[in-house]
Amino acid sequence: MRKELWFVIGGLVLFGALFVAERTLNRYILHILVLMGIYSIATVSLNLTNGYTGLFSLGHAAFMAIGAYTSTLLTFPVSLREAYELPRLPWFLGGPDASWPFFPALLVGGALASCAALLVGAPVLRLRGHYLSVASLGFMVIVVTFAKTLKNITRGPMGISAIPLYTNLYWTFLWLLITVYVVWRIVHSRFGRAMMAIRDDETVAQVLGIYPMKYKLFSFAVGAFFAGVAGGLYAHFTKAIRPFEFSFAMTFQIVVMLIVGGMGTMSGPIVGAVLLLTLRYALKPLEEHLRLYGFIELVYALLLILVMLWKPEGLMGRKRTALRERKEEKAWAEFSIPR
Amino acid sequence: MLSLSYFLQQSMNGVILGCIYALLALGMTVVYGILRLINFAHGALITLGAFCVYFVFFRLGFPFVASIFLVLGFGGLMGLILDFVAYRKLRGGPEVALLITSLGFYTFIENFTKLLVSPQPYAFKTPAFLATLYRTPFLTFRIVDIFIILSSLAIMLSFHFFVKRTKMGIAMRATSENLEIANLMGIEVNRVISVAFVLGSAIAAFTGFLWGAKYGQISYDMGFLTGVKAFVAVVVGGVGSVPGAMLGGFVLGLAEILSIAFLPTRFAEYRDGIVFAILILVLLVRPSGIMGMKEEVRV
Repeated sequence: MRKELWFVIGGLVLFGALFVAERTLNRYILHILVLMGIYSIATVSLNLTNGYTGLFSLGHAAFMAIGAYTSTLLTFPVSLREAYELPRLPWFLGGPDASWPFFPALLVGGALASCAALLVGAPVLRLRGHYLSVASLGFMVIVVTFAKTLKNITRGPMGISAIPLYTNLYWTFLWLLITVYVVWRIVHSRFGRAMMAIRDDETVAQVLGIYPMKYKLFSFAVGAFFAGVAGGLYAHFTKAIRPFEFSFAMTFQIVVMLIVGGMGTMSGPIVGAVLLLTLRYALKPLEEHLRLYGFIELVYALLLILVMLWKPEGLMGRKRTALRERKEEKAWAEFSIPR
Repeated sequence: MLSLSYFLQQSMNGVILGCIYALLALGMTVVYGILRLINFAHGALITLGAFCVYFVFFRLGFPFVASIFLVLGFGGLMGLILDFVAYRKLRGGPEVALLITSLGFYTFIENFTKLLVSPQPYAFKTPAFLATLYRTPFLTFRIVDIFIILSSLAIMLSFHFFVKRTKMGIAMRATSENLEIANLMGIEVNRVISVAFVLGSAIAAFTGFLWGAKYGQISYDMGFLTGVKAFVAVVVGGVGSVPGAMLGGFVLGLAEILSIAFLPTRFAEYRDGIVFAILILVLLVRPSGIMGMKEEVRV
C-alpha cells in the first residue's frame, strides 16, 4: 500500500510540473514533451513482452495503427464525415449521428489491438524460438496493407486528416501513469514472476508448473492494449494518420528506445524514449541542413549496435550474474575467441 | 484469361521469384540452424549486391563475368565483416541479443545505402545479351529468366553437395545439430560459422543482381521485405534443413505469384499479406515446416 501512495504523490508532482511546464515552455518543446509521453507509453508496453516475458515482438507499430484508426473512426466529428468520405458509425456503436468522446474511444482502440494480439499470438506463441518476431513483423505488413486497401473505411493511402485535437500534455501523461502503474503491478505479482521465469528458462518454468502459453499471451495482449492507446493518442495529436507511418521504422524506433534504456527495467523504457527523442530533435536541424535524410536512423542503428555489443543490459539495467550463466559464458568465451 | 499459356507464364514468374527466395533462404537456414539467429541483416546484402553490380558493371564498365565474381567476393567479405564485428562477440549470450543486433545492422546498412546513393529507386537495365526476348506459343521469356533459373539451380545443387559431401559441409551439419559436442569433436566452430556467413552472404549479394536484372529496379529498401520473406520460406520449408529451404522458397514464390495472378485484380495489393498469412497458417498447422524435423525439448 505504501508504494501506491508513492505513485499518487509522484503523479501529483508530475502534474504540478506539467502545469508549470505548460505555462512556461514554448509550443515546440511542449510538442516534443507530448511525443515523449506517447513514445514512453509505447516503449513501456513493449517492455512487458520484450523485456519481461522474453518474447521479441516487432509488431508494435501494427497495434498502434489499430488503436489509431479505431479511435479516430470513433471520435471523428459527424459533420465532417461526409466531406472526408468516412463511414458513419453502425447502430451498435451508437448509430449514424454519434461520435464518441475521447477516453472510451481510446479504450476501444486498445481493446481491439488486444484482440488482434490474441489472434496472432494464439498460433505463434505455442512455439519456442523467435517465431514471434517474424510473425509480428508479418502482422504489421498485413495491417498496413489493410489500412491501404480498405478504402471505404480508412480512406486508403491518403490517410485520415482533420482528426480533432484531443491529446494534450495531461491526457498523455495520465495514460503514461496508468501504463506504468499497470505494468508495475503486473511485474510485481504472481503473473510477473511467472513471466520472468519463462524469460529466464522456459523449460524450468514449465517444470515448476507454469503454463507458458497463458502468460505469454497475456503479456502480449496487455502490451498491445497500451500500444493501441498510444496509437490513439498519437492520432489525436498529429491530427493526420497515413498507413505507411505505422511501418518498420516506427517499430524500430520503439525497439531502440527500449534496448538503449534497458529491457526488463521499470525506468529504462522511459529513459530510452526521452533520451532518443531528445537526440532526434537535437539532430534534426543538422539532418535538414546537410540534407542527409536517414542520418537520424543511422545514428539510432549505431546506438543500438553499440549498446548491444558493450552494454546489452541497457543504460538502466544491471548486469545479471547468475552463477550458471557465468559458467556458460566462460565456456563459450573459451572457444569463441579466435585462435 | 485463364488459358494454359497464362498459367505457364505466371508459373514461370513464380518459379523465378521462388529461385530468389530459395537462394536467400539457403544462407538464412544454415545460420539459423547453427546460431538460432534470424539474420535480418541478410536482407541488406541483397541491396548491397544489387548496388555493387550497378556501380561496377554499369558505371565502371567491368566485364560481366568479372563483375559477377566481384559481387560474390564483396558479399562474402561483408558476411565475414558482419560475423567478426557483430555476431562473434555476442555468441553465448541470450539468443535474442543476436536478433536485435542483426536488426540494428540491417537498419544501419539500409540507411547508409540511402545516404550513399539516394532515396530514389535506381533503374537497373538488364545487360543487353540477357535481354533478348523469345516468343513461343506457350511462353514468352527473356534470356535473363533462363539465366536466373539455371544459375539458381546450379548454386543450389552445389550448395547441397557442399553441405552433404565436403568436410566443411559435414562439420556445418554437425555444428547445427549440437554446437557443444561438435566443438568437443575438434570442429573449429568459429570457422564453420564464418564459412556459413560468407557463403550465405555471397549468395545473397548475387541474388541482388538477379533481382535487379529481373525486375529492372533497385532501391535502398528492397532487401527488407525480401529478406523477411526468405525467412518465411525457411520456416515453411522446415527450419535448419537445406532442401527444405529451397522447397520453401519455391512454394512461397509460386504461392505469391499465382495468388495474385488468379485472384481478382483488387486483391493484388494483398500480395505481401498473403505471404505472411501462409506463415501463420504453417505455424498453426505444421510448425516444423514441410521437411523439418520436430524440434524436441531437451531438458
